Amino acid sequence: MSTFWNRAGLAAFGLAALAAVLVLPQLVEAFTLMELTVYVVMSILALSLGFIWGFGGILCFGQAAFFGLGAYTYAVAVMNLGDSTGAVLLAVLIPAVFAAVLGYFMFWGRISDVYLGVITLTVSLILFNLVNSTAGDAYRIGSAPLGGFNGIPSIPTLNVPGQPELVLDPLQMFQLCVVTLALVYYGLRWLLASRFGRVVVAIRENERRVELLGYDARKYKLGAFVVGGAVAGLAGCLFANWGAFVSPTIFGLAQSAQIIIWVIVGGVGTLIGPIVGCFLIQWLTSSLGAFGGLNANLVLGVVLVAFVLLVPRGLVPTGRALLARRRAPTVRVDRLPETKAA
Amino acid sequence: MDFALVVALEVLSAVAGLLLISIGLAVIFGMMRVINLAHGEFLMLGGYATITATKAGINIWLSILVVAPLVVGLIGVIIERCVVRFLYGRMVDTMLATWGLSLLLIGLVTTVFGNTTAGISSPLGSMSIGQYKLSLYTLFIVAVAATVALALYLAFKRTRFGLVARGTMQNADMAAALGVSPPRVYAVTFGIGAALAGLAGGVLAPITGVVPTIGVAYVAKAFITVIGGGASVLAGTLSASTLFGTINQLATFLTTPVIGEVALLAAAIVLVRLLPQGITHRFFRGSL
Repeated sequence: MSTFWNRAGLAAFGLAALAAVLVLPQLVEAFTLMELTVYVVMSILALSLGFIWGFGGILCFGQAAFFGLGAYTYAVAVMNLGDSTGAVLLAVLIPAVFAAVLGYFMFWGRISDVYLGVITLTVSLILFNLVNSTAGDAYRIGSAPLGGFNGIPSIPTLNVPGQPELVLDPLQMFQLCVVTLALVYYGLRWLLASRFGRVVVAIRENERRVELLGYDARKYKLGAFVVGGAVAGLAGCLFANWGAFVSPTIFGLAQSAQIIIWVIVGGVGTLIGPIVGCFLIQWLTSSLGAFGGLNANLVLGVVLVAFVLLVPRGLVPTGRALLARRRAPTVRVDRLPETKAA
Repeated sequence: MDFALVVALEVLSAVAGLLLISIGLAVIFGMMRVINLAHGEFLMLGGYATITATKAGINIWLSILVVAPLVVGLIGVIIERCVVRFLYGRMVDTMLATWGLSLLLIGLVTTVFGNTTAGISSPLGSMSIGQYKLSLYTLFIVAVAATVALALYLAFKRTRFGLVARGTMQNADMAAALGVSPPRVYAVTFGIGAALAGLAGGVLAPITGVVPTIGVAYVAKAFITVIGGGASVLAGTLSASTLFGTINQLATFLTTPVIGEVALLAAAIVLVRLLPQGITHRFFRGSL
C-alpha cells in the first residue's frame, strides 16, 4: 500500500472517530448509543488479537483470559479502592503481567504455534473453572466478593480521576470508549512503525533469519504478547464498566471463539479488519437475538467454517485485493502469516 | 490400608478417564496432524447418542459400547469429507474450521435437544472396601480404557489396515503409488478417532449427564494430555494421562476438585516448558 493510501486511511479513521464522538450522539437514541458502546469496547479487544496474531504471528486462542482478568481486576480493585483511576491502571497491569508469565513459559519453551493456541485456550478455560467455583462468602478479595458463577454485580463505574462522586454518564462513557479505541489504534500503528514493531513483523515472516541477524525472537514475541494482553485487559476494564457487571462467562470458550471470528472475518494482518469484523459480527448476533429462532452458536460456527474455507484472508484484505486489481493489472497478494507445522 | 486402596483406585480411574477422553483426539492428531477442536463436541454427541438410544429402549450396554461410537464415527466421516479434507497441511486453518464446527454442533444440539441436562442412571451398583464405598462403574471405565488401549495397539500394529494407515501417514504419495487410496485412509482414520471420542462420551454419560456445552469440560484436559504426550499416539497418551491423572486426583484429594484441575494445568505448562515436544520425544521414542 502506498504512503498516500496509508495516510488517507489514518486520517479517515480519525475523522470517523471524531464524527462518532461529536455527531453520532445527536443522531441516535440513548439505547443505540449503549449498544454501540459495547461494539466499540469489543473492537478494542479485537484489535488486541489482531495485533498479536496478524503482526506477531502469535495465534492466541485464549485472548478472553486477559479480557476477563482485566474486567475482574477492575471490579475487585474499584470496590476496594473506591476511586476508579488506580483500578483502571491495575486492570491493564495485571493482565500484562499474567501475559508475561504465560508468555515466558510458551516462548522460552519454543513451542509451535499450534501448541500455543491450545495452551492459551486451556488457560482461559481453567480460569473460567476457577472463577466459576468461587461462589460463597469464603471467596473475597478485600471487600469484593468474587461471586462465583453469579458474577460481581453493581460495580462502581468510572469516575473523574480523584473525584469518586463524579461518575461518567452513558454518553461520556461512549465518547471515552471511542477515544480509547482511536488511541489504541494509533498506538498500535505507531508501535508497528517503530523499530520494535518492525522486528516483530520480521519474526512473523521468518523467525530463524531474524535470530541469525542477532535478535532474540523470544523477547520480541513476549513483548508483543504482553502488549496484546494489556490492550485486552483495558477492553475488559471498559466492558466491566459498560454493564457494571462481570461474570465468569467472559472467560468462556464462546468469548474466545468470538474474538477469533472477528479477526478472521475482518482479515488477519490488518488493524482495521478486526474492527470491521467485530462490528459486523456483533451486529449479526444482536439482530439474530432480536429475531429469535436461530441459535447464535450455530450461526457463528457456520460463519467461521465458511470464512476458513472460502474467504481465508478475511474481508478487508480480499476487498483491497479486488480494488487493487481494478486499479492496476498486477495483483498484489498479502500473504497470511505462515505457520509452521508442529 | 483400605484408604490407600481407595486412593489407588480413584487415581486409576482418573487416569483411565483421561485416557478415554483424549485417545480419540490423539489418534486424529498423532496420525493425521489435525488438531480437532470439535473433539469435545464428539464426546457430547456420544453422550447424547447413548442417552437417546437408552431412552428409546435399547439395552444400555449396547447403547454405550456400540451405538455411541457408531453414530459419532459416522458423523466424523461426514465431517472429514465435507470440511477437514480441504485443509490438510494447513494446521491453523484446520483448528479454526473445527472450532467453527464445534460451535455449530453446540448450536445444533441446543436447537434439537434444548439447553437442559439429560441423563440416565448409572448401571451397576457399588462395592465396599472396608468402610469405603466405590462405584463398580468406575471399574468398568478402567476396563474400557484398558481394552481400548490394547485394541488400538493391536489394530495399528497387527492388522493390514493398521499397516496401510501408518504407511499412508508417513508417505502418502508412496502409499498411493502402491495402490492405496489416501483419501479413504484419512476418512477412516478420522472416523476411528471420532468413534473413540463417541465411545468415551457414551461411557461417561451415565456419570456426568449431558448438556450441549459439556464438551468444554473435557476438551481442555484432552488437549493438554495429547500435547503433553507428544508424537506417539498410544505411548504418549498413556504416559501423559498417567502423569496428569495422578497429579489431578492427588491434588483433588488434598484440596478441592478445582485446585486439582489447576494443578493439572500447571503441571502441563511446566511440562511443555521442559519437554516442548511432549514426553514421547524424550522417552519411549519410536513406539506407537
